[in-house]
Amino acid sequence: MMDWQAIALTARLAAIVSVILLIISLPLAHWLTFSRRRWSFLVESIVSLPLVLPPTVLGFYLLMSMGTRSPLGRWWSEWTGHSLAFTFEGLVIASVLYSLPFAVQPVAAAFAQIDPSLREASATLGASAFRTFARVTLPLSIEGVIAGLVLSFAHTVGEFGVVLMVGGNLPGITRTVSISIYDHVQALEYGQANQTALVLLAFSMLVLMAVYGLRRRPWAAAPIT
Amino acid sequence: MTLAVGVTKRLGPGFTLDVALSAPPGITMLFGASGSGKTTLLRCIAGLTRPDTGRIAIGDRTLFDAKNEVDVPVQDRHVGYVFQQAALFPHMSLRENIGYGLNRLVADERQTRIAATAESFRISDILDRRPAQVSGGERQRAALARALVTEPSLLLLDEPLSALDHAIQSRIMDDLRRVNEARRIPMIYVTHSHREVYALGIQAVVIDNGGVIARGTPHEVLDRPEQSVLANLAGFENVFDATVVERRERAGTMECRIDGTDTELEVPLNSSAVGASIRVAIRAGDILVGSEEPRGLSARNVLRGRLAALTAHGPTMVAAVDAGARFIVHLTPTGVEALNLQPGDHVWLIVKTYSCRIVADTPWHS
Repeated sequence: MMDWQAIALTARLAAIVSVILLIISLPLAHWLTFSRRRWSFLVESIVSLPLVLPPTVLGFYLLMSMGTRSPLGRWWSEWTGHSLAFTFEGLVIASVLYSLPFAVQPVAAAFAQIDPSLREASATLGASAFRTFARVTLPLSIEGVIAGLVLSFAHTVGEFGVVLMVGGNLPGITRTVSISIYDHVQALEYGQANQTALVLLAFSMLVLMAVYGLRRRPWAAAPIT
Repeated sequence: MTLAVGVTKRLGPGFTLDVALSAPPGITMLFGASGSGKTTLLRCIAGLTRPDTGRIAIGDRTLFDAKNEVDVPVQDRHVGYVFQQAALFPHMSLRENIGYGLNRLVADERQTRIAATAESFRISDILDRRPAQVSGGERQRAALARALVTEPSLLLLDEPLSALDHAIQSRIMDDLRRVNEARRIPMIYVTHSHREVYALGIQAVVIDNGGVIARGTPHEVLDRPEQSVLANLAGFENVFDATVVERRERAGTMECRIDGTDTELEVPLNSSAVGASIRVAIRAGDILVGSEEPRGLSARNVLRGRLAALTAHGPTMVAAVDAGARFIVHLTPTGVEALNLQPGDHVWLIVKTYSCRIVADTPWHS
């Protein structure tokens, strides 16, 4: 039968991660796009690292830094009373880092497409930096923001290596859909693996259709009635 | 209140904007070729670009002062800016665009101000449309309304009409003249069109290669081009390099030969010695064309040539005439008809001595 527990856990993980990524990626993409510092390429490279790094490498270092021998891990266990590794919280942190480029890049690309004179016009009309962001930059790049949100959700759903390294395989705590498929295959339960895999396949297709379907200009020339 | 600017800004290797000017209430035309630095100057005044050194002030309000580390942010300068492409927010209606800078007002007063400004720019009927649904001229009028509705203490216009056709340009220039009479604020109007300088300007400042090269009324600046940069900008279609062959001190004239030809022109006397190189500029509209050799004329320069090409540019016929050198002449269609001119015909060109202006060369325009 279908592993509903894994599906629910994955959906919860992906939802939390996407919201956190949305909150992080808006200021980060804004900074990367508009305040060109000499060393912003460094931040760009770090943000994009998960694109090229094998998930096991990222997972390995995350596991190390979550252990009680690292300052971060020690601080966390003193604060919460338990270790970060092999917990849902640890999985959230790992997933945020792993999916960061998928959230930041579409948003930064959308910001960069905005005619600079629109943001300048806003400033000359007395708008603060925040008002310019909220009234001009964000509405004009909403497609990129939605694309970033959808992609970070989908990417979190599909991750495997990092989850296995950091979260392990604890049912109801860290066992996501892709781990569940792996489990079924290991146990030679191909029918069940296939069922769950089909759900992921259909989901991924829907996500991509949503992202590409959004590429339209709602305020191009359609008359307002 | 008067705008006082004195700033420098390094823009690239060997290219530094270094300008001092003051603009009283009224329209000051900032005139120059593209790449001359005029838009950068406008951006410095608005606060969109930071000058390296200098000071910018409106009346006694300092906007920028490098020495005392004053740099008022763009949003606090209260300076209206009209962009070349209008830069209206595409996701807002014209009403929302115009009201954008009025967010601190209560709704009632905001709507009253929007309505009054829209009325004066004749866009009341289209306020609920988005920028993509109105014409280029309407977009630019909405951009003007958006900048002026906040009652700025200074209005900066960056080639606001360059993308529009002549008829629409004229109507918006009327609007601007009306605004200028109603509100006594300095307006800096950047353009590379001499037509706009004549139509609007009270004061014209000419910028080239990052510096001010001339200033005065439009007629003072554009009708007496002492520099060939200006001659090109001011619509002198004919600019020739020539050599002085004879000085006639008593007549107040001198004879020069256009380089590489046998064609000689009588031009006003200046201090150039015989053998000196000079540059002569003649407006295409200042040259007369005859189909037969004219007699009994006061004009000293009568040149025989052949009509090489004849093309229509709007209401003007542009003739290219080979008379040793290639002359560009503007004619009316009725003039062309009356003379029955055809390409290949022999013609005579008549140029008054005082239509020939001697312009100095500038080192960066050779």
